[in-house]
Order: sequence, then structure tokens, then C-alpha cells
Amino acid sequence: MMVELVNVYKRLGGRNILNGLSVSIDRGETLAIVGPSGTGKSVTLNHIIGLMSPDRGSINVMGMDITKLGYRELQKYRSKVGMLFQSGALLGWMTVYDNVALPLRECYHLPEDKIREKVDGILNLLSLTDSAGKFPNQISGGMQKRAGLARAVVCNPEIMLYDEPTSGLDPVMSRKIDELIISLQKRFSMTSIVVTHDLCSAFGIADKIAMLYGGKVVEYGTPEQFKASRNELVREFIRAQFSINIQTGGER
Amino acid sequence: MIISYEPDSFPPTGDLVSRLGRTGGIFLRNVGRGTLLVLQAFAGIPRALAGSRTDIGRALGQCGIRSFGVTSTVALFTGMILGLQAGLILRAYGQEMRVGYLVAQTMFREMGPFMTALILAASVGAAMAAQMGTMKVSQEIAALEVMSINPIHFLVTPRLIAMMLMTPVLTVYTDFIGILGGALVANTQLDVSWTAYYENVRFLLTSREIWVGFFKAWVFSVLITGISCFQGLSATDGAVGVGTATRRSVVICFLTVLITGYIITRMFY
Ligand SMILES: Nc1ncnc2c1ncn2[C@@H]1O[C@H](COP(=O)(O)OP(=O)(O)OP(=O)(O)O)[C@@H](O)[C@H]1O
Ligand SMILES: [Mg+2]
Repeated sequence: MMVELVNVYKRLGGRNILNGLSVSIDRGETLAIVGPSGTGKSVTLNHIIGLMSPDRGSINVMGMDITKLGYRELQKYRSKVGMLFQSGALLGWMTVYDNVALPLRECYHLPEDKIREKVDGILNLLSLTDSAGKFPNQISGGMQKRAGLARAVVCNPEIMLYDEPTSGLDPVMSRKIDELIISLQKRFSMTSIVVTHDLCSAFGIADKIAMLYGGKVVEYGTPEQFKASRNELVREFIRAQFSINIQTGGER
Repeated sequence: MIISYEPDSFPPTGDLVSRLGRTGGIFLRNVGRGTLLVLQAFAGIPRALAGSRTDIGRALGQCGIRSFGVTSTVALFTGMILGLQAGLILRAYGQEMRVGYLVAQTMFREMGPFMTALILAASVGAAMAAQMGTMKVSQEIAALEVMSINPIHFLVTPRLIAMMLMTPVLTVYTDFIGILGGALVANTQLDVSWTAYYENVRFLLTSREIWVGFFKAWVFSVLITGISCFQGLSATDGAVGVGTATRRSVVICFLTVLITGYIITRMFY
């Protein structure tokens, strides 16, 4: 197992957010986590990256219990993990180029020409070349998200965590991001965990899908198993998503 | 962990005693975390100086140049008030020619560092708290941590260096503008000549008053940076949280500067 959460409990702001969550994923696989808003999907990712620690339960990644790591070890662990934040989380006073170059400069101390080569490559891949010199508040939300993605993958992490990579993007760009996630996974045999509302994208990219509800995994399986699920919550989630698509003319 | 991504999770309490205990607990924990933050920021100084230093330059510009106008005005009027107040009292004893001595001593030792620190806390400190808070609630701080970039070394250290350089400089500037203000009043209202005033001031220029003032300024710079950055980095709850963090940073800075100023004066005199 590459990533394994066992019986994780977490209380935040006086409410139980994670209630005995258990989920796991093999090396090189892609896990999609779906579920309604506010069920703790982002909180789960925060636990995997070590920004929050569980009240109870264990989190094993690459054979380490990351809840027991010291600061140094945690930093070392994090350098193998990339994360795309829900809001993009770019630094406002730096251009898109400098944002993407930041981890290469600060952690890997690469020479500038190497950095330029890598950054230009990834910006080109995400159709961001024209925005390289702009500041985050001068580009659209979707572009900020793509820039955040560029920054997360530029160091070739072993594990990528995506928090809603396709929300706020148009359908064409959404599918491009899906393809990118798949190609990264193939090329570097990256392990990915993708939190998403977009079932269409989840079915397209995931090896396994887990549905979160009330801080627990209520359904887990391959996309086929997921589509055939008898769980009422899952059926309703699928139904709601695809009926909305028809009413709004297939916005997603 | 100095930077926490979770809100305070103390059980809700009813009676006064447990509420006081809880507040005290949070206070002590924050003092501890704030101290650790400052220590870590100091530990980052060698690397920051060895690096590109553009961050420090930007921080220097922010704390020096932005607060120049207001510092000048406050300093001038502080000196004028001091001059007038002290002059009127001294005149009752026929000693008004000593006014320069009194103004200069008060400026060097107390009012210069104090006024400068208050202005910096309300302008630069508040700005730092708001910046850090905004970055915290928009997940930028978390993103830095995930990239294995220490947010304290990356964000707080350059600001600390800039403040430690700039506060003493601004304090000396405040001192002299204040003394000038005192001279204006002495000359126009009290009929003390420029030369008599200057003779009194010069007497102090070589004394240790100046060094005590410097020391105060340096301590204040560390306190303001530490408190403001800590409050900003502790922000949770979106825009409301940023507002709360900024307000708290200014209030706590004012109180700390006031109390520390007194303690330092007591230590030396
Ligand atoms: N730092 C925090 N402090 C307090 N409460 C939090 C914190 N982070 C999350 N929560 C609470 O935990 C719950 C789950 O939040 P989370 O962000 O994980 O939802 P989500 O599943 O990612 O939803 P969305 O799809 O809208 O992003 C929310 O009700 C939120 O209020
Ligand atoms: Mg979320």
C-alpha cells in the first residue's frame, strides 16, 4: 500500500468531521474521492500531507506513519508529495513564472537555465505560456488553478494530491487536465488522489473511487463497481449529477 | 507546530473560573508559540543574508518609506508638546534655558523609541498581520509548507531583518525631529536662543541615553514583527479572521511596547 488511512477520527470546531475513515491506494494507482460539499474531503487531504493530525487512527504513506514524523522528516516526506490546493494558493506578489519556479529555487537550488527549461515546459503543457509574466490577480480563476497545478507537479512528486482540479474550468480544459493527470500517472507511475465533484472526470481517470459521506467511506470500488452500486447515497449522487447536466444543457 | 491549521479546540465552559483558566491557557500557549516563532525567524537570518536579498529589500521599503510622513509629523508635535509643557514648568523656577536638556533626554530615552514603535505597530505591523493572515486563509501558507519551504524563514525572517535595521534608524530620526520641534517652541514661546538650546542637547549626545534608546528600538522591532506575524499566521475563518488578527496584533503590540518600555527604563535607571 502506498497510502493507507486506518480508522481516522478528527474533530474540528466542535464537530466530528472524520468518523472512522479508512481508505487505501496502491502504488501507481489513481484514487478519486467524491462526496457532497463539507464532508471532509479537503480535511482528508490535509491529513495525508501532514497539515492536520488525526485525533485517533493512523496514516501510513510509503511505509511511514506520518503522524509520528518530526519536522525534518515531515519536510523530507513532503518533498515527495505534490498538492494542488482548492484555491490554487499562488503567492500574490510573484508572477506565474516565479510561482512555478519557487520550489525548484528554494528546495532544489537548480541553476536558472535548468529552471527555465522545466518551467517553460510545464507552462506550455498547461497552455499558460502567455500568462507567465502576469501576477495571479491578473489571470482568471481557472488559470490560477492551472498555475497551481504546474507548481505542484514541477518537482515530479511520487504522490500527487489534487483538490478539485477541474472545478472552475471549462469542459475542454477539464478534459485536458484529466488527460494530464493520466499522462503523469503513466509517465512517472505517480500515485494520485483526486478529490472531485466531477463524476465524469472521476470515471475517466480513476482506478478506484471512494465516496465520502459523514466523514466515512460509504462506497469504494472500481468505476464499474461504483456505477453498479446499490448504495442509495451513491445512486442519488450519480443521479443528481447527470440529471443536472441535462437540465443545464451539459454545463459540466 | 507553531502554525496551526485548526481552530482552538477547548471544550466549551460555563463558570467563571474555568473560563479564566481557559483564557490563561490560550494566552500562555500563544506566548510560547510566539517566542518559538521569533527564535525560528532568527535562526533563518544567516540563510536569508546569503540568499538573493530581494525580499529584505522589499520589506525595508515597506517599513521605512511608507511610514516616513506620519513619523515626521508625530515626532515634530511630540517635541513641541514636550517643549511647551516642560518649558512652562521650568519657567516657574526660572530654569527655562534647561528645556533643551529635558526635551532631548525624554526624546532619546522614552518618546523617540515609543512613538516610533507605536507608529510602526499601527502601520507596518498591521500590514504584516493582514498580509500573513490573508496568505493563511487562502492556503498560501499551507502551500509553502507542502513545498517544504519553511514559511517562517521565507516570510518572517526578511521582515524581521528589515524591522531590526529600520526601527533604530527611524527612532534616531524621530529623536531629532522631536528635538527640533522642542527648539522651535523654546525659541518662539520661551525666548530660549538656538545656541542655548543646542548647548543643552549636545551635552546629552555622548551619554548612554542614546544607547538605551537604541536598545529599546531594537527590542520593539523584534516584538512588533513577532507579534504581528504570529497573529497573522494564526488567522483562521476567512476574511473575518484576517480582520480579527490585524486588530489583535495592533492592540497587543501597543500594550507590549508600553509595558516593555517601562521595564527597560527601570532596568537602566
Ligand atoms: N481548519 C478548519 N477549522 C474548522 N473547521 C474546519 C476546518 N477545515 C474544515 N473544517 C470543517 O470541516 C468540514 C469539512 O470541510 P472540507 O473542507 O473538508 O469539506 P470538503 O469536503 O472539501 O467540501 P468542498 O467540496 O466544499 O470543498 C466543513 O464543515 C468545515 O467547516
Ligand atoms: Mg474541499
